[in-house]
Amino acid sequence: MTPKRQKRLYIILAIVFGTSLAVGLTMYALNQNINLFYSASQIANGEAPTDARMRVGGMVVDGSLKRSTDSLRVSFELTDYENTVKVVFTGILPDLFREGQGIIAQGKMDAQGVFQADEVLAKHDENYMPPEIAESMKAKKEVAQ
Amino acid sequence: MIPELGEFALILALGFSFILATIPLYGAATLNALWMDYAKPLAKAQFTFLLISFMCLAYAFANDDFSVQYVANHSNSQLPMQFKLSAIWGGHEGSLLLWAFILSGWTLAVSLFSRGLPLDMLARVLGVMGIIATGFISFLLWTSSPFLRYLPRFPADGADLNPLLQDFGLIVHPPMLYMGYVGFSVAFAFAIAALLSGRLDAAWARWSRPWTNIAWAFLGAGITLGSWWAYYELGWGGWWFWDPVENASLMPWLVGTALIHSLAVTEKRGVFKSWTLLLAIFAFSLSLLGTFLVRSGVLTSVHAFASDPERGFFILVLLLLTIGGSLTLYAFKAPNVKSESSFGWLSREMLLLINNVFLVVMAITVLLGTLYPLLIDALGSGKISVGPPYFNALFVPIMSLLALSMGISGAARWRQTSISGLKKQLLVPAIISLVVGLVFPFIYGDGFNFRVFLGITISTWIIATTAKEFKDKFRNTNSITAKLSQLTLSYYGMMLAHLGVAVVAIGITLVSTYSEERDMRMAPGDKIELADYQFEFKGAKKVKGANFTADEGTIVITLEGEPVVTLYPQKRHYTVKRSMMTEASIDPGLFRDLYLAMGEPLGNDGAWAIRVHYKPYVRWLWLGGLLMALGGLLTVFDKRYRSKSSSEVAHA
Repeated sequence: MTPKRQKRLYIILAIVFGTSLAVGLTMYALNQNINLFYSASQIANGEAPTDARMRVGGMVVDGSLKRSTDSLRVSFELTDYENTVKVVFTGILPDLFREGQGIIAQGKMDAQGVFQADEVLAKHDENYMPPEIAESMKAKKEVAQ
Repeated sequence: MIPELGEFALILALGFSFILATIPLYGAATLNALWMDYAKPLAKAQFTFLLISFMCLAYAFANDDFSVQYVANHSNSQLPMQFKLSAIWGGHEGSLLLWAFILSGWTLAVSLFSRGLPLDMLARVLGVMGIIATGFISFLLWTSSPFLRYLPRFPADGADLNPLLQDFGLIVHPPMLYMGYVGFSVAFAFAIAALLSGRLDAAWARWSRPWTNIAWAFLGAGITLGSWWAYYELGWGGWWFWDPVENASLMPWLVGTALIHSLAVTEKRGVFKSWTLLLAIFAFSLSLLGTFLVRSGVLTSVHAFASDPERGFFILVLLLLTIGGSLTLYAFKAPNVKSESSFGWLSREMLLLINNVFLVVMAITVLLGTLYPLLIDALGSGKISVGPPYFNALFVPIMSLLALSMGISGAARWRQTSISGLKKQLLVPAIISLVVGLVFPFIYGDGFNFRVFLGITISTWIIATTAKEFKDKFRNTNSITAKLSQLTLSYYGMMLAHLGVAVVAIGITLVSTYSEERDMRMAPGDKIELADYQFEFKGAKKVKGANFTADEGTIVITLEGEPVVTLYPQKRHYTVKRSMMTEASIDPGLFRDLYLAMGEPLGNDGAWAIRVHYKPYVRWLWLGGLLMALGGLLTVFDKRYRSKSSSEVAHA
């Protein structure tokens, strides 16, 4: 091997090693930080873990929104038209949060089966439904038929 | 009538871009000067007809022509004029038209400012841009024409523009971003032209550098403006969300940053040639991917408006053709590309290569985090999302390493540098930055904080090494003013951009560590205290705007009894769309922002949910971003790029 080729080989080895290290670390970080999505039915069936951060999506049930009088605590129910899950959130709800609207809540299940949300997401467009919700509802419909 | 003219102009533009995509390229392949000569006039014709088409859409918006579906869906007669015009790119069809229009603008610019370029190179560059334009204009015509009508019955008034978009941000942010996205098509076209012609020397790098720098500057400015817009408009004070669409703009920027540095080495030293070509291909491919992610709605994102799978499919095909075609060409032609010089293990070339690798690795991790949910979904293993902790966990260490090697590469010499020389150069900046980093959290905050230590140390490191390098330029000169004017604009641009990096790093560190935030229920007369400021809520009243009504809160802010400012945040109700919008009220400052937003009314005693933020150094984020963009822009005006054609290799 000429010195030039040898040098090139080292460079390539270094790049391969560095990249695989980076990819390894990335995959590790990914697995630590993904949030699984669950529908209300999956939670009702006990498929969702407690104590892990996750997302729940569904439609806000009409008339289920309750506010506390002395703090920013709110509670509401999310449905996929089969089961519902109760969500508690302290803070300011997004502008597009409305009853009957599809939203996504992010947080953890507590021991009482109530979803403790630390973030509530509603989308810019009122006709927009997050793909996760749309799909889980479509699946429900197909099962029903 | 006018919208039909717009459609016809678009069809004609497609015809011209198709000819541009074929004739000059064929001419270049067969060395037929006549056919190559067609490139310039075709570029002009394509621009002219896209301009006409764009003007027709602008006319339809300005005159409230609600028989045009796109206008009816995105405008309203009550909308103020500046928003009617910026509503042109408020939706899918119009923003694609803007995309194509900007592309033709870049094509025109290349044909006008290319006096030094040999005819075959020019024909190839314009031809490749013609291919891209053909793809996009066909996309517009077949799946998303903005000129479709509601006939014979059309709505009396429009559905109005999304309230979030009725803002100065919409006027400037998308055009800037698109200038950057589309601008990388020039770098891409130069890379393809180099592969086709086999010509890749210092002259080639000198031609493509200003175009790449300017596109990079626009993209950076666009991202910065987007972050600033999201901060004040979304109403909860966040400035970066690691949202798929933001990531889509960050990835080409990261690869573009690598590209402008790699191009510099290619021009100065004649090495890294194939790497530069690969980066140019990827920067543009990632821009296309960004367009695909935004427009297809495959990912859950704050930017995901209702979307159409057919359109997503079309862009996906374009994307695959672009990446597949250019990489195939690369595979066949790149092995012929030869380096013109060599470099040692410890040299500026090597350090710049390491920087490049860091930037690309960062782009890959962002790409992975963005596409991972799609991948998992495609494998049928459930629905997931990747949260900000993932991105932060990787961004902070990679960027810290990058900043470290950034300081070293400034001090290193080309070809070969010695460890002792580096030590001599870097010892003082290293000590300064460690001391500042250690002391800062005690003075500014209330005790040691590793994140602040790290952030301030690397920022000081960048500033100190940049300053040292600048100072050393004056070592062997006695006339400072003569030296100042002797240094090139490229050099000043680089200094400015590097300082911008430090300013952004300071902003990110301090705002993410020392921000304070409270969401409170406040009745009239209630007071709260945050970061030494007192906020007193005086109550809310109804006000009326051009196309909305609002509840406007009055909040008096004092600092140790002295009045600071009175802010008036609003909760707006847009009557046509019947949608609510939070309009935050901000007292901006170089060292801190006070940020107030209203939630919803609570109870019957006039109480509101109020969000109060104290954001130190948040302006530095955008200031640094603009410094970087300005630096990039400055390099373009360097005398070197204006000189007449000389294709001899200049070894600097």
